[in-house]
Amino acid sequence: MSHPIPPGTRDILPDEMRELRALSNALLDTFAAHGYGEVWTPTMEYEDVLVKGDERAAGASYRLFDEHGQVLVLRSDMTIPIARLVATRFARVREPLRFCYLSHAYRAVTPQRGQQREFLQAGIELIGMDAPAGTVEVIEVLCAALDATDLPRARIGLGDAGLYRGLLDGMGVAPDAAFSVLAALELHDFVGLEGLVENLGVSDASRRTLTALPQLRGGAEVIDRAVELGGEDVRQATQRLRDVAAGVQDRGLADRIIFDLGLVRDLGYYTGAIFEVYDPALGHVIGGGGRYDELLGRFGDPRPACGFALFVERLHVAQAEEERRAREHGGGAA
Amino acid sequence: MSEPLRLAVPRGALFADTLDLLDEIGVDSAPLRSGSRALLFPGERVTVVTMRPSDVPTYVEAGAVDLGITGKDVLLEQQERVVYELLDLGYGQCRMVVATRAGNRFADELERRLGAVRIATKYPRIASRWFEDSGRQAEVIEVKGSVELAPLAGLADAIVDLTASGRTLGENDLEVREVIADCTARLVANRVAHKLRQAEIDELVGRIDAR
Repeated sequence: MSHPIPPGTRDILPDEMRELRALSNALLDTFAAHGYGEVWTPTMEYEDVLVKGDERAAGASYRLFDEHGQVLVLRSDMTIPIARLVATRFARVREPLRFCYLSHAYRAVTPQRGQQREFLQAGIELIGMDAPAGTVEVIEVLCAALDATDLPRARIGLGDAGLYRGLLDGMGVAPDAAFSVLAALELHDFVGLEGLVENLGVSDASRRTLTALPQLRGGAEVIDRAVELGGEDVRQATQRLRDVAAGVQDRGLADRIIFDLGLVRDLGYYTGAIFEVYDPALGHVIGGGGRYDELLGRFGDPRPACGFALFVERLHVAQAEEERRAREHGGGAA
Repeated sequence: MSEPLRLAVPRGALFADTLDLLDEIGVDSAPLRSGSRALLFPGERVTVVTMRPSDVPTYVEAGAVDLGITGKDVLLEQQERVVYELLDLGYGQCRMVVATRAGNRFADELERRLGAVRIATKYPRIASRWFEDSGRQAEVIEVKGSVELAPLAGLADAIVDLTASGRTLGENDLEVREVIADCTARLVANRVAHKLRQAEIDELVGRIDAR
């Protein structure tokens, strides 16, 4: 007899579960070693509480009614629930708070390899520590987590959520036109972006900057290249990114980082540094995060914050794929 | 990072121009021109994988290939796929249009009297979006074969389809009513490859740009 389960969910049997458990434990141990305490929050939250953090409840897709007719949602990430928890339970604690989690979250994605509607995230939130020091600490823990997962080829893409918008503002682009350009950037449509920039009515130099900048990615030298390209406008727009870059270089983490001036994330609460995590064995991102300095304020308790989440199942797929490639290439990663 | 870049090349209407492009940027297209039934053509710097144009976004998004070439029509239809659109390659020019039988004004009248026009198309998402965005109701009927047949046989009042010269439309007594988009071949990249293989991809893009 075959009894179905919803698309995008799955059962996990002992062989896979053993490996997932080992991977999860390695991540939690790393977080603990850096002083992050594990928290657990409800899988279901009130919708009207989550939408305080993000008007789309961070893309939450599954809703149900409780016995009083209140709308409940299955959380789509852990950042908003932890912001809620901090504002509620730690209102009087003003020192930095360090939390980690290993939790399922839910999104209505098209299911495919490593991308399910119910997925496991492992991550941290550092609350109450400003940029750049807080950002650099989070990146340091992320690097340690990647070391613990045995993915030496994994890299962290580092950008700034406000960079391109700041640049458009600085050039005096009207909000409507800026919105269209940012929409093309979010779709990663550089052809469309170039066409829109042509019609902005800005100087030739600004046009070249706006077209070329989102394609700049690589070592820390790309930030210097961007400043050479765009001058004072870009110097101002990249100030925060350069501060973080200096911090990660001090800690010797620069080799792991791809500075990316075109990086965008689709969640509405990011304010400064944003990250994505990549491994060559997988075509999808294996994690992401960033600063969300305004999120706690939306819960009435303003304080700076930063965090990341890794997709545990995708890390596992990447591990298996890296092992397969290493075997095919006669040992040693290609 | 010595593995060659994997590039998806579309078979079909864009194939010939794409092979010329490969020659221009120093990728030997001779094996692809040999009429071989092979699907995968290993090369030193670039391995070419051939497939249907509409499969290109699927392979690119999943990272099964690093780069791909396909029409803007395909990208518009599969807008939910996360790929980086890097270049307009300029060839394969055509238009996505709404067409009805020549001289036929019934479509407007039917919309008024019956509340919706029936649209036959291979591009259901582009068609739905176009009519929604212009505040009209449409019943979109997806067909796989010759779309031109649908209004002739009475399956639909109009079609949404891609046309280059307009000849097929003309031969079937259809004429263009609205232009939805101008489409050309595009170079797209996988999100992860775009970051991790930046130098190689930028170098390839530079060679295409310098043509």
